[in-house]
Amino acid sequence: MTLTAQETAPTTTDGREVLLEVQDLKVEFNIRGGVIKAVDGLTFDIKRGQTVGIIGESGCGKSVTARAILRMVPKPGRITGGRILYYRRPRHPKPGQPQDLQVIDLTTVDPDGELIRQIRGGEIAMIFQEPMSSLTPVYTAGTHINEAVSLHRLLPLKKLGDQMAETIMAYRHVTREEAREIAVQMLRRVGIPKPEQRVDSYPHQLSGGQRQRVMIAIALSTEPSMLIADEPTTALDVSIEAQILDIMRELQRTANMAIMFITHNLGVIASMAEEIVVMYMGKQVERAKVVDLFYNPKHPYTKALLQSVPRLGPKTGQRLASIEGMVPDPLNLPTGCVFHPRCPAFMPGKCDKIVPRWNQVGENHWARCLLYEE
Amino acid sequence: MVNYIIRRIGYALILLVLVSFVSFAIIELPPGDFLTQKIEQLRARGDRSAEQQVETLRKRYGLDKPFLERYVNWAVNFLRGDFGESFEFERPVSEILGARLGYTIILAIATTVVTWALAIPLGVYSAVKQYSIGDQIVSVISFIGLGMPGFLLALIILYIAVIVFNQDAIGLFSPEYRDAPWSVGKVLDLLSRLWIPALISAVTGIGGLVRIMRGNLLDTLGQPFVEAARARGLRNRTVIWKHAVRIAINPLVTILGSDVFPSIVVGSSLVAIVLNLPTIGPVFVDSLRKLDMYLAGTCIVFLTLMLLIGNLVADLLLAWVDPRIRLE
Ligand SMILES: Nc1ncnc2c1ncn2[C@@H]1O[C@H](COP(=O)(O)OP(=O)(O)OP(=O)(O)O)[C@@H](O)[C@H]1O
Ligand SMILES: [Mg+2]
Repeated sequence: MTLTAQETAPTTTDGREVLLEVQDLKVEFNIRGGVIKAVDGLTFDIKRGQTVGIIGESGCGKSVTARAILRMVPKPGRITGGRILYYRRPRHPKPGQPQDLQVIDLTTVDPDGELIRQIRGGEIAMIFQEPMSSLTPVYTAGTHINEAVSLHRLLPLKKLGDQMAETIMAYRHVTREEAREIAVQMLRRVGIPKPEQRVDSYPHQLSGGQRQRVMIAIALSTEPSMLIADEPTTALDVSIEAQILDIMRELQRTANMAIMFITHNLGVIASMAEEIVVMYMGKQVERAKVVDLFYNPKHPYTKALLQSVPRLGPKTGQRLASIEGMVPDPLNLPTGCVFHPRCPAFMPGKCDKIVPRWNQVGENHWARCLLYEE
Repeated sequence: MVNYIIRRIGYALILLVLVSFVSFAIIELPPGDFLTQKIEQLRARGDRSAEQQVETLRKRYGLDKPFLERYVNWAVNFLRGDFGESFEFERPVSEILGARLGYTIILAIATTVVTWALAIPLGVYSAVKQYSIGDQIVSVISFIGLGMPGFLLALIILYIAVIVFNQDAIGLFSPEYRDAPWSVGKVLDLLSRLWIPALISAVTGIGGLVRIMRGNLLDTLGQPFVEAARARGLRNRTVIWKHAVRIAINPLVTILGSDVFPSIVVGSSLVAIVLNLPTIGPVFVDSLRKLDMYLAGTCIVFLTLMLLIGNLVADLLLAWVDPRIRLE
């Protein structure tokens, strides 16, 4: 549903336009044993061309957040609160349609409708956690890219001798040959050798790293405004991971694409993101610029995460070491602050009673912790 | 690929020889043979020349020779296209089967088309709408189809057709066309009746297929590539058919091959018997009962042959539809 059409999106102090604004998002899974609050009160925004990192332990709700944005939360799951505002600039304005910025609350859009299908893959593309099985086994790399491109890439319909090139409002879908051309180009850009041949390879003929490159090629072939990368390199080994991250950075720079980068891996996020959101058990516990977060973490959970990163050696690719204590049962979350049973700064009588608020603790720096209240 | 096919055909031939040998042996297992029964009949009638008649018959059919020699004789003749003579009908086996082959093939094809045209969409529907009322209804029906023997269903339908609708459902033709030469009317008549046996066989065959299709598709719908396809902005219908069903249906290709080809020879014999269809099935069952060994043996060999061809075709089809399967 389009709430309003307006001239400009909210901008930041450095003049960048906000692309996506998640406000107090809540997603619940109603399962037999009770209700899992997979995402509970998430608030952040992403500007055009910016990379935002989402980190947290397994099961904290990172993937569910990503799916909520694309309205693809799987079945017993439901968005139960909040808004996801998408500031949409029509990429192919047509005569008679609003051409200025639209604000769309994605939580109210029909999840099977035409609008979300235009956005999915075309404007917000996603790379999933499992690169090995995200390609349909019976179709070639080229077929996959073709599918995305023919759905979402429109080319201006130029008339010969048309004087006013800017006012062209007619578009056409790409042809088969053009789609193939684009596929080859994309495969080349993501660093796949012999792309003219690889375009006809089936998934089983590609290595894990190549498959993930193909996934990136599919996602970027439509020139989306935003890429959601859900642990895009977790399944790959470290040297390939570094190459893939380079490719993503490079493509982001040239296309001014925003990235929501989900990972377990603090080393990776430090090199990719500008701003970081830390999640714990569906709750957002801290949000800050990457430098502030690494040098001046506020929330005890973030501090523990950072301490669990091995300091020595060049290996930034390691997963998080575990933090003291057990991850709580998502059906039986602790009272008060959900982190209190594992928290080194636990204040008895306070942390187990009072639910902490979302407190601003510095410029562009928020934390959900009672240490910073009163 | 070519090597693979040649090797497969080689194995198939060996298997065929073994099967023919074993079936020949099994046919001969019961004490006595067709002629023993004949002698009893002739004796009972007090026919004096019985012994002599039988001796000539025995000679003619080579029943006095040792088992191995009889088998080799039979096999060699078989390869020449001479399948022997039926004791029961006293006509060449090839003639008896030939007359019925056409209808059997037509019925097999009709059954397959009806079965698959119903089973695949129902299975897909059931999986996509898992746990819905529709899914439950389809599940109940397919379990009934799985559990109910075809001949019972044939009897029920026959009962309904004859008693309730006062229409005869026996045979593939109405009486007026039964012995008439081929004409447009006869073809239409055939089509108007063909659906009854086809539907009966389909209902009993459909249950398993629906369950398999549903299960496979549910597995496939949970695969990451399905979600990835949806995230590309494809319509649900495209995601389901082009990405999920396309994968989930692959294992069914095997069933197609190993089901259809054998049914060209025997089909569902019991249904055919109940409905009195001029197909090979009833003759085959009868020949086994009456120790009509050349007829039975020929049926078994062709049945095996069809099974082998079916499996080979299924494997080749599978390799064709699924690029992951390599035939080396
Ligand atoms: N289909 C589902 N049915 C029930 N619960 C689910 C489902 N999908 C996710 N959840 C629950 O939602 C919570 C968050 O899951 P999510 O997949 O977002 O975790 P994650 O942060 O991506 O973890 P990981 O790092 O392991 O990918 C988990 O507690 C999980 O149990
Ligand atoms: Mg995840």
